[in-house]
Amino acid sequence: MSSGLIYTSSLILSGKNLIYTYCRSSRLTQTFSSPPDTPLAVEMRGIVKRFPGVLANDHVDFELKAGEIHALLGENGAGKSTLMNVLAGLYRQETGTIHVHGKQVEFHSPRDAINAGIGMVHQHFMLVPSQTVTENILLGLDTPRFFMRLPEYDAKIAAMGEQFGLIVDPRAKIWQLSVGEQQRVELLKLLYRGANVLIMDEPTAVLAPQEIDGLFGILRSMVAQGKSVIFISHKLQEVTAIADRVSVLRRGVSTASGVPSRGVSRQELARLMVGRDVVFTVDKTPGKPGDVVLDVKDIHAENDKGLPALRGFSLNVRAGEIVGVAGVAGNGQSELAQVITGLRPCKQGQVTLRGEQVSNRNTLFGIQHGMAYVPEDRTRVGSAPNLSVTDNVIMKNFRLPPISHGGMLDMTAANKLANDLKLAYDIIVPNVATPVRLLSGGNLQRVILAREISGKPDFMVAVQPTRGLDVGAIEGVHQLLLAQREAGAGILLVSEELEELLSLSDRVYVIYEGKVMGEIQVGQVEPDQSLIETIGLMMTGTPLDQIRKEEVGAHG
Amino acid sequence: MAESTTVKKKRVGYKLLVEPRLNPPPGWYPLVVSIGAIVFGLFLGGILIAFAGGDPIRSYQHIAKASFGDIGVLSDTLVKATPIMLTALACAVAFRMKLWNIGAEGQFIMGAFAASAIVLTPVLSAETPRWLFITVMILAGMAGGAFWGFIPGYLKAKLNVNEIITTLMMNYIAVAWVNFWIFGVWSEGGFQMSPKFPETAWLPRLLDYAKSLPSLRGLTTHGGILIAISVAIILWMVLNRSRWGYEIRLIGDNPQAAKYAGINIQKNIIYVMMLSGALAGLGGMSEVTGVIHRLQTSPLAAGYGFTGIIVAWLAKLNPLVIIPVSILFGALILAGREIQPSGVPKMIQGIILVSLIASDFLLRYRIRIVRVEA
Amino acid sequence: MDPIIILQAGVATGTVLLFATIGEIFAERSGVMNLGVEGMMLIGAMTAFSTTIATGNPWLGVFAAMLAAGLLSQIHAFITITLQADQVVSGLALTFLGIGISLVLGEGLSKAGTVSLLPSFSIPVLSQIPILGPIFFTKQNVLVYIGYVFIPLAWFYINRTRPGMHLRAVGEYPSAADALGINVFKQRYLYVFVGGLLAGLAGATISLAVSPGWFSELTTAGQGWIAVGLVIFAQWDPVRAAFGAYAFGALRRLILDIQGPTILLGLANPFYYNPYWGFFLQMLPYAFTIIVLVIGSREAIRKRIGAPAALGIPYIRGERGK
Repeated sequence: MSSGLIYTSSLILSGKNLIYTYCRSSRLTQTFSSPPDTPLAVEMRGIVKRFPGVLANDHVDFELKAGEIHALLGENGAGKSTLMNVLAGLYRQETGTIHVHGKQVEFHSPRDAINAGIGMVHQHFMLVPSQTVTENILLGLDTPRFFMRLPEYDAKIAAMGEQFGLIVDPRAKIWQLSVGEQQRVELLKLLYRGANVLIMDEPTAVLAPQEIDGLFGILRSMVAQGKSVIFISHKLQEVTAIADRVSVLRRGVSTASGVPSRGVSRQELARLMVGRDVVFTVDKTPGKPGDVVLDVKDIHAENDKGLPALRGFSLNVRAGEIVGVAGVAGNGQSELAQVITGLRPCKQGQVTLRGEQVSNRNTLFGIQHGMAYVPEDRTRVGSAPNLSVTDNVIMKNFRLPPISHGGMLDMTAANKLANDLKLAYDIIVPNVATPVRLLSGGNLQRVILAREISGKPDFMVAVQPTRGLDVGAIEGVHQLLLAQREAGAGILLVSEELEELLSLSDRVYVIYEGKVMGEIQVGQVEPDQSLIETIGLMMTGTPLDQIRKEEVGAHG
Repeated sequence: MAESTTVKKKRVGYKLLVEPRLNPPPGWYPLVVSIGAIVFGLFLGGILIAFAGGDPIRSYQHIAKASFGDIGVLSDTLVKATPIMLTALACAVAFRMKLWNIGAEGQFIMGAFAASAIVLTPVLSAETPRWLFITVMILAGMAGGAFWGFIPGYLKAKLNVNEIITTLMMNYIAVAWVNFWIFGVWSEGGFQMSPKFPETAWLPRLLDYAKSLPSLRGLTTHGGILIAISVAIILWMVLNRSRWGYEIRLIGDNPQAAKYAGINIQKNIIYVMMLSGALAGLGGMSEVTGVIHRLQTSPLAAGYGFTGIIVAWLAKLNPLVIIPVSILFGALILAGREIQPSGVPKMIQGIILVSLIASDFLLRYRIRIVRVEA
Repeated sequence: MDPIIILQAGVATGTVLLFATIGEIFAERSGVMNLGVEGMMLIGAMTAFSTTIATGNPWLGVFAAMLAAGLLSQIHAFITITLQADQVVSGLALTFLGIGISLVLGEGLSKAGTVSLLPSFSIPVLSQIPILGPIFFTKQNVLVYIGYVFIPLAWFYINRTRPGMHLRAVGEYPSAADALGINVFKQRYLYVFVGGLLAGLAGATISLAVSPGWFSELTTAGQGWIAVGLVIFAQWDPVRAAFGAYAFGALRRLILDIQGPTILLGLANPFYYNPYWGFFLQMLPYAFTIIVLVIGSREAIRKRIGAPAALGIPYIRGERGK
């Protein structure tokens, strides 16, 4: 057993300010070796996978023992889905090897992986809603040759379902099934094709609590019959409940590999998952929060599938402060932003902007009352791809002078605004008549920020504002947000980047499954390890008061 | 990142790469491609004419002479271009919002009907001063067309009913409706047409001024062309310089972004369909008061609505470009009447449209031939 | 105004709509909307008629019609599937193209005189069944009988065979089908072609069976468009399509017959005494199509199923590794 601490420090010069970045990282490089004679179902060594601008997997090793349930833990962007996609044949790694049952394999497509006995159930099921269970399972196969002979196959599949505890009516149509049942269909699909290694990507993200117990029962039953399971998750409770061993990825690197789940505490896992690098900016001025600008009171809302996404969520934002919302994607953040901006109805609760209701009201009201919104999806929501920079820049203020007088647009004024913004926000584009679909991600985001900020909003919602941007662009966005804060605007910042949240926010709420797990003052305090750990635990499902109780209990 | 597909492998060493464009094509490129598509269309049309036993070169020469040969036929060309221009403008504004208004034909007819009703009911007597008559008829024509556009617009906005089929069905209903009135109510002496309109209800024509300017003798170009060109200019201004036009363009490009910007999409669907209908209705009014001078089905249901679609698409939905393109098509229709076989103009229109749509591909992708190591 | 006669004629003329609608159902189920049905039908009608004149064999005419329309459909397929252009505009262009080519190549056909038609006959035992016999099995054209058989075959193919299952998957969730190894592009090309074949057959049914002759554009009189509307009413199901097609056929016959008798339902027949009211009757099929569309749209909203989910959206291979 060995472990090491690595200290690095680096100096980054940026623009007008000097930002000192200290990186402290810890790594649990021990691999607990188990009884040496347990065969390895899968062995991945030195996997490297690159995408434009990001190194998703950085020489990752991963081992799966036959007959075990192995959890793969990490935040979004950690690289766990990528690693498993490589194993399932969807991606090809740049370097690194994969061995299945001792034999080296090379996958060119998911079909190759299935032939080797490896199958993956994705977060978004690939099931045709209008077709039956049996039809979905048989899709793409060569038998039956022509006539479907459904009753025969219905019986076969029912039998297989019994064997593995995956009870579902083969004749039901997918849209009639609950999510848990649909998941069972996906599993049956793989088992029918002879899979021995089953990879499940965030399987409990869409399940109700009772269904989760059902799933765990099924997984144990499958393992008992000789299958092996890899379980990708960000939920610590579940990981410790069901997995035999755990591996943790952070930023493309393996921080723990094959640790038995009984032998490590949740705190350690949280830290491994979330708390390696700590970056803080020295130049954030002390916050001077004013009155409450945005008040979110006990919101209940559904997502597009009709499932509850927000279950009694509350927060508030004051003028002159940045409030962060931390959490793994898919816990209700998108729906929160949409409810606040009027793009999604809420069934219960209310959102007020300076006392006026903005929830369940058309979006225009919010815009006219000083609310800005930098959406998650730059291209599909935040911009009109074939229209010019000018046209995109006036999207929020085209109804008012100087851009329009009466019913007519003043294109000279509009173009002037566009050019001014182009200079002020460093938007790199041949001219303002260029269609924005040709802009790079960073430039498009600058256009959107320019548009939202130049309206001098009282309040802004920014969701994943730096996603997909390079370091320089990220820097610029942070400066802009801080400047808005200086100017007295209230900002709600939703982000998956914990460092970003910690360095920019005055307060941070943590969201998990549509509820607030806790609220933490961040501000000037240098974020220390225990803070990171606490947030990590909240992000994975432990409410703050429970954490405090446990701390007291541990120290008392 | 380019996604390359091996389209063809020519022996060893060459590969055809089709890649999405990362930069806009040079400014002249779309124009060249469009012209290329038209030329290709004409070429293909010629082949088919030959296949059917005609003489393509003679046919095309005939078209050129019969439409631009002298001032007389030029005037006739403009007359034919007028209704096409208005229906094309109607289609262009709807298509800008991705509303597929195929019902310009029916809206045209209803506009003609409403304008005729002013004369035939009569709402205004024959002694009414001309300027009043024409003004009221213009309003009536636009109202008739707007109403005809409102119905499919409402169904689309509130119930998401496919507007392609509803507008199309409304075409047939419009024809039957007008036929009823022509045959059953306003028929003149049992003939399939209404009585002729009093001259105060006619749009002024150039030849009306032949007494003072003898060179204008015989020129049937009428006020409608002025109406059409003015509408084109106004529509361009509305689309590119007004708040409403901005909303229309934004909805057409990205309805999600329009929602995000606080724009009411449902209301705009209804308003734009009404506007589109009104413009087509204006075309019908112009045709019936400027050319036919009576309400009669066959010259009205002549396919202007469909030609308008092609012209709008060819002009890339730009109202100003619609002006010359409609004149081109006016020429085609005018001269095409004497061409054997008679379906030629329609066929050429179809081929040109198909070539044009196919050529759009070249604006989004580029094709390169690349040497490949064996 | 004999209801039996009306229904009998309805089944006959409805067969045209039947083939066209089911053809479009196949295309749309694979995710491609082909609005060019009217153009393809007209080409089919023209080709059937002219081939029969040239060869004297109506069956050759049918075969040629199907092929011609099928070829035309491939232009649309290429433009929308490979070039990924907008399906609506391409379909419209195809209609103009089809109509235009039919008019050009069909020039002079109307003067061709009589032509040998496809046989009509009665089926011995079945035509004796009360009510159903005279309607369905008496003196109907062979294509009508083919239509009867075609309905269950189409339904069975789509719902109970493996290729049919793949067809449905391609139209509903093409990326899932692609991930499971089904070639989405090939499937779509194929079913657009099938749609073309059937539209051609529909056209042949007009010119060689139901309304023999060539009347330029009036040959199809907008039935291609009604077929597209019927697809939505049919909720993309062949059996429902048949119901709609035959009902529309009966409606067209009813419109003709209703103007005949002097007494209608015990009262003086207004359509007899006011012949111009017949124009309102002419509106009925088209107005009904709109009503049927509204019903179909509301059902689709209610049931949360309806159009194939990927209908109208060009399939672009997702980037592997974004």
